[in-house]
Amino acid sequence: MSAADNLLASRSREPARHSMTTRVVIYGLLVFFAFVYLIPMVVMVMTSLKPLDEVTGGNMFALPQHLTFQPWIQAWGEARIGISDTTGIYGYFLNSIKMVVPAVLISSVLGALNGYVLTKWRFPGDKLVFGMMLFACFIPFQSVIIPMAVILGMLGHFGNQLHDLTGFSFGLGNSTVNLVIVHVVYGLGFTTLFFRNYYEAFPTELVKAAMMDGASFFQIFRRVLLPNSTPIIIVTVIYQFTNIWNDFLFGSTFAAGDASPMTVALNNLVNTSTGIVEYNVNMAAAIIAAGPTLFVYIVGGRYFVRGLMAGAVKG
Amino acid sequence: MTTISPTAAIDRSHSPRLRSRLQDWIPRLVLAPSFLLILMFVYGFNLWTFYLSFTNSKAFTSNKLVGLANYQKLWTWTFETDPPSNWYTALVNMGLFGGLYVGFCLFLGLMLAILLDQKIRGEGILRPIYLYPLALSFIVTGTAWKLFLDPRIGLEKAMHDWGWTSFHFDWVVNPSMMIYCVAIAGIWQTSGFVMAMFLAGLRGVDSEILKAAQIDGASTYQTYRRIIIPIIRPVFFSALIILTHMAIKSYDLVLSVTGKNPGGAAELPSTFMYTYTFSRNQMAVGSTSAVIMLATIAAIMVPYIYSELKEKAR
Repeated sequence: MSAADNLLASRSREPARHSMTTRVVIYGLLVFFAFVYLIPMVVMVMTSLKPLDEVTGGNMFALPQHLTFQPWIQAWGEARIGISDTTGIYGYFLNSIKMVVPAVLISSVLGALNGYVLTKWRFPGDKLVFGMMLFACFIPFQSVIIPMAVILGMLGHFGNQLHDLTGFSFGLGNSTVNLVIVHVVYGLGFTTLFFRNYYEAFPTELVKAAMMDGASFFQIFRRVLLPNSTPIIIVTVIYQFTNIWNDFLFGSTFAAGDASPMTVALNNLVNTSTGIVEYNVNMAAAIIAAGPTLFVYIVGGRYFVRGLMAGAVKG
Repeated sequence: MTTISPTAAIDRSHSPRLRSRLQDWIPRLVLAPSFLLILMFVYGFNLWTFYLSFTNSKAFTSNKLVGLANYQKLWTWTFETDPPSNWYTALVNMGLFGGLYVGFCLFLGLMLAILLDQKIRGEGILRPIYLYPLALSFIVTGTAWKLFLDPRIGLEKAMHDWGWTSFHFDWVVNPSMMIYCVAIAGIWQTSGFVMAMFLAGLRGVDSEILKAAQIDGASTYQTYRRIIIPIIRPVFFSALIILTHMAIKSYDLVLSVTGKNPGGAAELPSTFMYTYTFSRNQMAVGSTSAVIMLATIAAIMVPYIYSELKEKAR
C-alpha cells in the first residue's frame, strides 16, 4: 500500500519556486479541470430538478427556474423500465442490494483467508497459486460468459427439478443467486490480492509466537490477524462494493427482466425507444444508481483510493 | 520462508500424528475451495470457450468440430472493408478508441499530477474532484455524457443559446463519430485514476535528489524532464498496461454513450462478441472473438504479473 500512502501523504519537500505568473497558470489549469470533471454531474443534477419542457427548451447550464422533485418521484416509483410492467427503479435498486451484500461478504471473507494462508502458511507452489488467482482479475469476461451461461442454465434446470421433488429450489436458478455466485468467483482474485499484500507486511513473529502458545490455525486468524485488519477490510469491502454495484455485463447476461440489477434497469430506462424521452427522469434515475457508490466514495475516499492503487497490482 | 508447522499443539492431542497431519493440511484445505473455483470458472471456462471456437455452435453449444473455420472467417472479415464487416469496424474502433483513451489518460494524468505536485493550496479538495468519476458506473457516465453531448439539449444547444450559432457538435448522434464520444467519456472517467498513480510515483521520488538538482541550478522543467520523469518510468509502464487492458475490456460505456450501439457503429471486439453470441446466434464466431480478446490481454498481463511478483520476491 506504499503507493497510496505516498499519494495521500502531505508534502514535506521544499515549496516549488514559481513566479506569480506560473502560479496563476497552474491554479488556472487545475481549477479548469476541476470544472471539466464536475460539470457533467452538475448538469445531471440540475436536469433532474427541472420540468421536462425546461430541459428540452432551455439551456442545460441554466439553473432550474421551476424547481421540481417530480422527476425523482417518477424515477423511483413510476417510470416504465424497458418492456417490463413493473414501474420505477426501486425494485431494481433492491435487487442490486440483495446481490451486492452477500457477494461482498463472501468474497471478502474468502479473500482474507486466502491471503492469510498465502503469506503465513506458505507451501511449495504458493506463488504459482497466487499468480493464477491474480490473472483471474484481468481476464475479459467475454471469454467465460458462454460457459457460465451454460452452467447457470444447468443449475437452474436442476433447481427446477429439486423444486418439483422437494418444493424448494435452494436458490438454484434464481437471478440474484446467479449473480452472487458470479461476482464471488470473479472477485476472489482481487480480494485475495488485497489481503495477501497486507498480510505480507504483517509481522510473522506474532503468528509464530501464537503458534508456540498452541493457538490453532483459525484462532491465530481470529485473534491475531483479524483485529489488525480493519483498514484492509474497509479497502476490500469498498472496492468490491463499487465493482459489483457498477457491473453491467454480468447483470445484463445472467439476470432476467424484473430480477435485473440497477445498472441494467438504468440502461433500459434511458434507451427505451418508445414515447418521448424524459431526460429529467433519466437523470434522476442515473443519480439514484450512482448514489450508493458516490456515498461510499465521499465517506471512505481514502480507502477507495487505496483499493484502486492496490488493484493496479503495484502495492 | 518454509512451511510452519504448529508443533506446540501436538502434545495435547490424543492421536498426535493424525492431528498434526490435519493441522498441516488445514491451510491448504482453506485455500482449496477458492483455488478450485478459479481453476474451474476461469481456466476451465477459458478452455471451454477456446474449444467452442473450433465448433459450429450457433444458438446453442455444439460439439461438431469445424477446425479453424471460425478463425478463417474472422481473418477474412479483418480485410473486408467494402462494405466494412462488423469485425473490421470493431478492430478499427478498437485502435481509435484504445489509442485516444490510453494516450489522453496518460497525458492528462501526468499533467494533473505534476500540477498538483507544486505545493498547491486546496489539493485536498481538487484531488477528490478528479477522482470521483471512478466511483460511478460506466452506465451512469455514459448516460451523463449522452445528455451532455446531445445536440438537441446539450452542449450545442447551450452554445447556440449563448450566441455562438455556428457551433456544431453532433458526434454523439452521428454514427461515424460515436466512437470518439465513447473515448471522451472514458477519458473523463479514468484520467483521475492515472493522475493518482503518477502523483503517488512523484511523491515517492527521493527529495534529496531534487534538492541536489535545485542546488545545481536546474529549472523546474529540466528537473522534471531529466530527473523525475525518468525515475517514475515504471509508473508509465504500469499505467500503460492497466489502461490498455481496460480499453480492451470496455463494453458498458459503448452501450450507454451510443444508446445500445445502433447498427454497430461504435462496435468494439467486446460488443462484437456479445452481439454475435447472443443476438446473431453465431456462438462459435463469438467464442473466437473472445479467444482473441483473451489472448491479447494475456499477452499483456501475464508478463506484467510475472514481473510484479518477481519484484516483490526480491
